[in-house]
Amino acid sequence: MEKKVLLGNEAIARGAYEAGCHVATAYPGTPSTEILETIARDYRDIKSQWSPNEKVALEVAAGASVSGGRALAAMKHVGLNVAADPLFTFSYTGVNGGFVIINADDPSAWSSQNEQDNRHMARAAKVPMLEPSSPQECKDFTKLAFEISERFDRPVIVRITTRIAHSQGIVEILPRDNIPVKPFVRNFQKYVMLPVHARPRHVFIEEQHKKLKEYSDMSSLNRIEWGDRKRGIITDSVAYQYVKETCPDDSVLKIGMVWPMPDEKIREFAAGVESLYVVEELDPFIEDYVKALGIKCVGKDIIPLCFELTPEIVDQAMNGKAHPGKYPKYDANPIPPRPPALCKGCPHGFVFTVLGKLDLNVNGDIGCYTLAALPPYSAMHTQGCMGAGIGMHLGMEKAHGPEMARRSVAVIGDSTFIHSGITPLIDLVYNKGTGTVIILDNRGTAMTGHQEHPATGRTLMGEETHALDLEMLVKACGVKRVVVTDPKNMDEFERIVREEVAAPEPSVIISLRKCILMK
Amino acid sequence: MKNVIFAGVGGQGVILASKILMEVAMNAGYDVKESEVHGMAQRGGSVDCNVRYGDRVFSPLIPKEEADFIVSLELLEVMRKLEYLAPGGKLIVNREKVDPAPVQTGAMKYPSDLEEWVGRNVKNAIFVDTDAILKEVGTRKALNIVMLGILSRDLEFTEAQWEAAIRSLVKEKFLEMNLKAFKMGRDYK
Repeated sequence: MEKKVLLGNEAIARGAYEAGCHVATAYPGTPSTEILETIARDYRDIKSQWSPNEKVALEVAAGASVSGGRALAAMKHVGLNVAADPLFTFSYTGVNGGFVIINADDPSAWSSQNEQDNRHMARAAKVPMLEPSSPQECKDFTKLAFEISERFDRPVIVRITTRIAHSQGIVEILPRDNIPVKPFVRNFQKYVMLPVHARPRHVFIEEQHKKLKEYSDMSSLNRIEWGDRKRGIITDSVAYQYVKETCPDDSVLKIGMVWPMPDEKIREFAAGVESLYVVEELDPFIEDYVKALGIKCVGKDIIPLCFELTPEIVDQAMNGKAHPGKYPKYDANPIPPRPPALCKGCPHGFVFTVLGKLDLNVNGDIGCYTLAALPPYSAMHTQGCMGAGIGMHLGMEKAHGPEMARRSVAVIGDSTFIHSGITPLIDLVYNKGTGTVIILDNRGTAMTGHQEHPATGRTLMGEETHALDLEMLVKACGVKRVVVTDPKNMDEFERIVREEVAAPEPSVIISLRKCILMK
Repeated sequence: MKNVIFAGVGGQGVILASKILMEVAMNAGYDVKESEVHGMAQRGGSVDCNVRYGDRVFSPLIPKEEADFIVSLELLEVMRKLEYLAPGGKLIVNREKVDPAPVQTGAMKYPSDLEEWVGRNVKNAIFVDTDAILKEVGTRKALNIVMLGILSRDLEFTEAQWEAAIRSLVKEKFLEMNLKAFKMGRDYK
């Protein structure tokens, strides 16, 4: 059998391909981006696309599924917040062709604004969730997720984390299954979620949940590996690998399907060991569940709640073994840190030099430019999630009066503006705000690796397409003062910012300069 | 099990170097795993790749005190990884300095005694002048492959195995340059 070294994300792409997936959608976001990039590059039998945001991505995939195709939508953990609205209701409608959502969590927030634990999303949305712990499992579980989806009429989430997404390992390569697109069958009761239809669908999915619990108990996704019966460890995701590395003799219950949980297997395992532990990253999701079954276990008392685990952390917690290093510590001088920084010649650098000089309150957003909050610029004062900066800019003006808008701006990237900046800009105009929004248009989704978006004129699959005109769009939102300018001429840029911020009406400055890393 | 850490600065190519090592190890019949850094952290920040190969590899992360080799493409970066070095493990360090942001702004100094300190405290360490080699290769972009070539002298794989892996992973356009860079690293005295 052919074997390849693949990244976890590449293995998921391969799994979708082998499973006969027809449509794949995403909005780029670390650590999930390479899934769709790989599909577009290597598996062109799948129609793949960047959507403007995760909500749209999930809805396009839902349409493909409901009409009979196998569909996949991929996103980072906070992207699933954006897509939560369709997720929770497509959980009710269920599927026709298999519907798989890849959710990439980011413990330690390596490239994110938070480290939320999206295992809770599966429980809240009442959808099954699988958790691979290696690249091979990334491929296998993705394929299995399509089968579970069709068998139980549920969307299925595959949850990975940064260490699963961005770890490589050996994967066995199989051919693509030939899965035809099924016909779309109209079914009002199933696909139109009027209250009168939604109520019986809720009853239906609770019945399916019971069947899925049985499946979870029977499936090898959840596997007992008996060892020494003194200690038993329940674990999932990459934590399983750390447990196997540091506690090779202990008994292990490996959770590969984390929702619904395998009650009987947990009971059998707990009964077979003298003391029971749960080793999991972030929240005590498994631990709380086990305790709710009335079973005693030790988890977050010894395993950290915050940040990702490492083999050393597990070794210290489970075996009391410290890893201080075998060599002396250099302490003659401080070692300068090397935080990520804006590149030399980055267009954002010009913008934030000017904003810093003018000492404006800067409502920021998600992108490379968030680094402008750090020295040497120190020119960003709020930042939460994609699109938030414009709404917060308006909120400050509402709280303090229009003079606040004379001392503030909102900044947002081109891709981020399309993702979720348009509706708050409409709000700013509609609710009589007078602030200035600067769109940092560097002609691509730079931070995640220069992916195309609706204003670049190209699709993920490399086709030419209509290029969204940002200037026309903001004018259509009702903004009368719109300036397009290159920030490299900083004197001119400063003059424009002063003028627009001073003007007592809404304005948009499109700061247009290509990312320095783009060809 | 062999554990190799590649350390460097975003953009220096540590991911390609580790990919080639993984390919060689897989083709030689080993299980391999690796962990790497993407996204925001790559923007000029410290980056590292962990590569592990052996009969069976569980964790993609190398535990502290277990790295057999730390290959650092930048002088300072090796200091952040020392606690990972196994007793008797080897450091292979590029002498080149890339100033971190706090040094560029004048807020901090780039320590001047690092090589001397490492030489005193880690017996098994070599410091490489890659400047001359890279001039001969014709591009500074081949630094990662030169360092991989130097590492290859301490690993069990043959030159033919390395060459095959490089051929399978490097684009045609850059192949000759990379093969030359690898050879110069492997022949480094």
